[in-house]
Amino acid sequence: MSNITGNARRTDPAGPAAPTEHPATTVTARKPDEGPRARRLLRRLGRTSGPLAGLIVLVVVMSILSPVFLTTHNLVNILVQVSYVGIMAAGATLVIILGGIDLSVSSTLGLSFMIVAVLYAQAGWPFPLAVLAGLLLGTLIGVMNGVMIAYGGIQPFIATLATMFASTGLALYVTNGTPILGFPDWFQALSRTRFIGISLQVYLMLFVFAAAAIWLRFRPAGRSLYAIGGNEEVARLSGIRVRSLQLRVYAVAGFLAAVAGLVVGARLDAAQPTAGNSTDLLNVIAAVVIGGASLAGGVGTMWGTFLGLLIIGVVNNGLTLLNVSPNLQPVVIGAVIILAVLGDGRLLRTLRHRRGRTAPAA
Amino acid sequence: MQQGKQAAGGRLVATGLRKQYGGVFVLKGVDFTITRGRVTGLIGENGAGKSTLSSIIAGIRRPDGGAMTIDSVPYQPSGPSDALDQGVAIIHQEIKMIPELSVAENMFLGRMPTRRGAVARRSMHDQARAALDQLGVRVDPRRPVAGLSTAAQQEIEIARAIIRRPAFVIFDEPSASLGNQETERVLEQIELLRAQGSGVVYISHRLEEISRIADDVVCLRDGRSVAGWEAADVDRDAMIRAMVGRELAERNVGPPPHRDRTVMQVRSLGSTRFTGIDFDLREGEILGVSGLVGAGRSEIVRALAGADRFDTGQVLIGDVPVRIRSVQDAITAGIVMVPEDRKTQGLNLDRRGGENMTLPWESRLTRSGLITDRVVRDTQCRMAQELDIRGDLDAPVGLLSGGNQQKVLLAKWLVRTPKVLILDEPTRGVDVGAKDAIYTIIRSLAASGVGVVVVSSELEEVLLLAHRVLIVAGGRQTGLLDRAEATPERVMELSVPAGRVPVAQR
Repeated sequence: MSNITGNARRTDPAGPAAPTEHPATTVTARKPDEGPRARRLLRRLGRTSGPLAGLIVLVVVMSILSPVFLTTHNLVNILVQVSYVGIMAAGATLVIILGGIDLSVSSTLGLSFMIVAVLYAQAGWPFPLAVLAGLLLGTLIGVMNGVMIAYGGIQPFIATLATMFASTGLALYVTNGTPILGFPDWFQALSRTRFIGISLQVYLMLFVFAAAAIWLRFRPAGRSLYAIGGNEEVARLSGIRVRSLQLRVYAVAGFLAAVAGLVVGARLDAAQPTAGNSTDLLNVIAAVVIGGASLAGGVGTMWGTFLGLLIIGVVNNGLTLLNVSPNLQPVVIGAVIILAVLGDGRLLRTLRHRRGRTAPAA
Repeated sequence: MQQGKQAAGGRLVATGLRKQYGGVFVLKGVDFTITRGRVTGLIGENGAGKSTLSSIIAGIRRPDGGAMTIDSVPYQPSGPSDALDQGVAIIHQEIKMIPELSVAENMFLGRMPTRRGAVARRSMHDQARAALDQLGVRVDPRRPVAGLSTAAQQEIEIARAIIRRPAFVIFDEPSASLGNQETERVLEQIELLRAQGSGVVYISHRLEEISRIADDVVCLRDGRSVAGWEAADVDRDAMIRAMVGRELAERNVGPPPHRDRTVMQVRSLGSTRFTGIDFDLREGEILGVSGLVGAGRSEIVRALAGADRFDTGQVLIGDVPVRIRSVQDAITAGIVMVPEDRKTQGLNLDRRGGENMTLPWESRLTRSGLITDRVVRDTQCRMAQELDIRGDLDAPVGLLSGGNQQKVLLAKWLVRTPKVLILDEPTRGVDVGAKDAIYTIIRSLAASGVGVVVVSSELEEVLLLAHRVLIVAGGRQTGLLDRAEATPERVMELSVPAGRVPVAQR
């Protein structure tokens, strides 16, 4: 390819495309590779600079208001508290970049760990096998979502709403609504084991985020999620296997929900049929949205979601330290969501766009 | 009929119109006049300010400076509906209709006639039918818009605009998505409007249409009105010179000679939309595909590129049959397609040039399994150089001009040299300069041995580029002509099979 047009230009020097003749040359001509590195960096930081600044402000304010806030113990605690939400949020980020939504993650968390508990405590399965079954079930719920959405043409909101109801109900049904207690000691110990002062579940969450970020940024399949979320038809016509990727991403989201279920189970040493409630789901979506992803698809990063997650963690932790009623915490999270959306200019852009299209009636 | 003051003859005069977006002046003091009973052709390259000018006149945007009068009375529309009340209507390039609503409902959207608070359906349908009849459009006003062809929707759009008998009508590139027959219908309707005393502005890139319809021609360049003619005394070359501000090289260079080796064989290809498509493509050959809108041109090439399924027939690359069940299969076989609509099928407008280019190739471009920024940037630089793409490729491609967008789209499919390159409407909505550059690229690709298939609704474009022309009508292959035999008359004849009158012609 490299020499084709080159040849043409050489054999046809006065050709119509000879660049020097073009009147626009002086205005727009610029070697495409001389784009300043700094600007490119800024552009990349652009989307997450809002959440990052917000987080820094929050941390500064909290450390002034509460002497306990900036202690290692408290900071580690925040990470521990958000770890299972974070694991789900990593999956949700992929789904949302794809242009979808997964409402079933938190109920998948509940059901999959409930199955682990039932198989271990009531059916007498070896614990590792029960864990495998739980992970498999989570993945299976994700696959079901994916099949309905990618191949059945059902809207993601509706498909996952249905699986959310179904798995919540099933979790209650298999145990008649009673919690199951008592797991192997080593399992419970997992949540207490610390490495350099930080418990293993935090490392697990960080690993999930790092793996997802690398996949999303550097692997062809991960990168094509942006293309699918941006415009599915363009992606399909570019040779991307849209449906199979959608299926895979929902499966991953289901799998990660099951992993989050194990984290919660190890921490509580109990399988609560009510685990994975709507607050968890909303926190997952809030983290992704605060992190700069767009529910319209095609936009979002793992780093942004991670910042969004920390903001939620810091807000909840801070309000608790300040003795604010836990019932008010969601109110603050709601305000943060709107601030985040305002902060990264999405709303302003939308307004400006609207005004540009239809002239204001005087 | 409805509004007395519109019956009075006269002119809409704009003086010194200025408009800027974000510090960039798009209009730098434009004077423009529309006269009742005349058609004014408005030409200019993309970005010259044609659309901005027409949207100001139609009340969609407000000018930053300058004034407009109708019959010496100041005219300051507060919005499109106010402009319509004052007798100025616009027909947009892109049709904006709500598919679920009926034809009549779309025509009366926002101002449906009411009777005791409810929509007066009967009166609405009657008025809609009257307007459609006047244009000779046979569409039931009660049927939903969904399922109607682009051409039919364009006609409804025109009916919608003229239903209130506007004194002035602006057509903003109505022919961009229409074929020759459909365009002819639009031009006839414009003649009708002129005969009824409306002043018409006709914007188009197709200069032959301008020559055919316009009484006056005005050319914009860089936000200024640079030339004006009585249509009788302007030739095509003068218009092109005024648009681009320079001479274009001789346009009518023939295609480079092709080679003898066959690169692709298509054997009796068929689907629900077409049957019996059969041709060979040689290395370096440019095959034009011509036909009326709806004849199945795009459907055939989409099937070859794996975008749609075909049910019968066979495709061979070299002498080897290939299985094409998906776009990925076609890419693997060496067949790639530059789709018809770059905005909804070709490009991710929010993403950078390089990211758009690497998209189909990422699994083939990895370095140690990864696609780094470096890979993307290297590809972008290489392609920008090869195709001479100017403009900021680090910005979202949606911000580039139409011509540059089209070049990015071409680049996307040339990152790896294909065996067969399919181009569906390769120059739709690009200006004259970019068009020539794209022709040059196509010719040099063919010269290097790529087999090229060009689908175009502009017959002129097909005849200019192709070694051979494949003609389809009603989903059937009606002819495969050599360049020498492919006169416009012969191609048209085959496009409209004897005994069958195309729907658009009625």
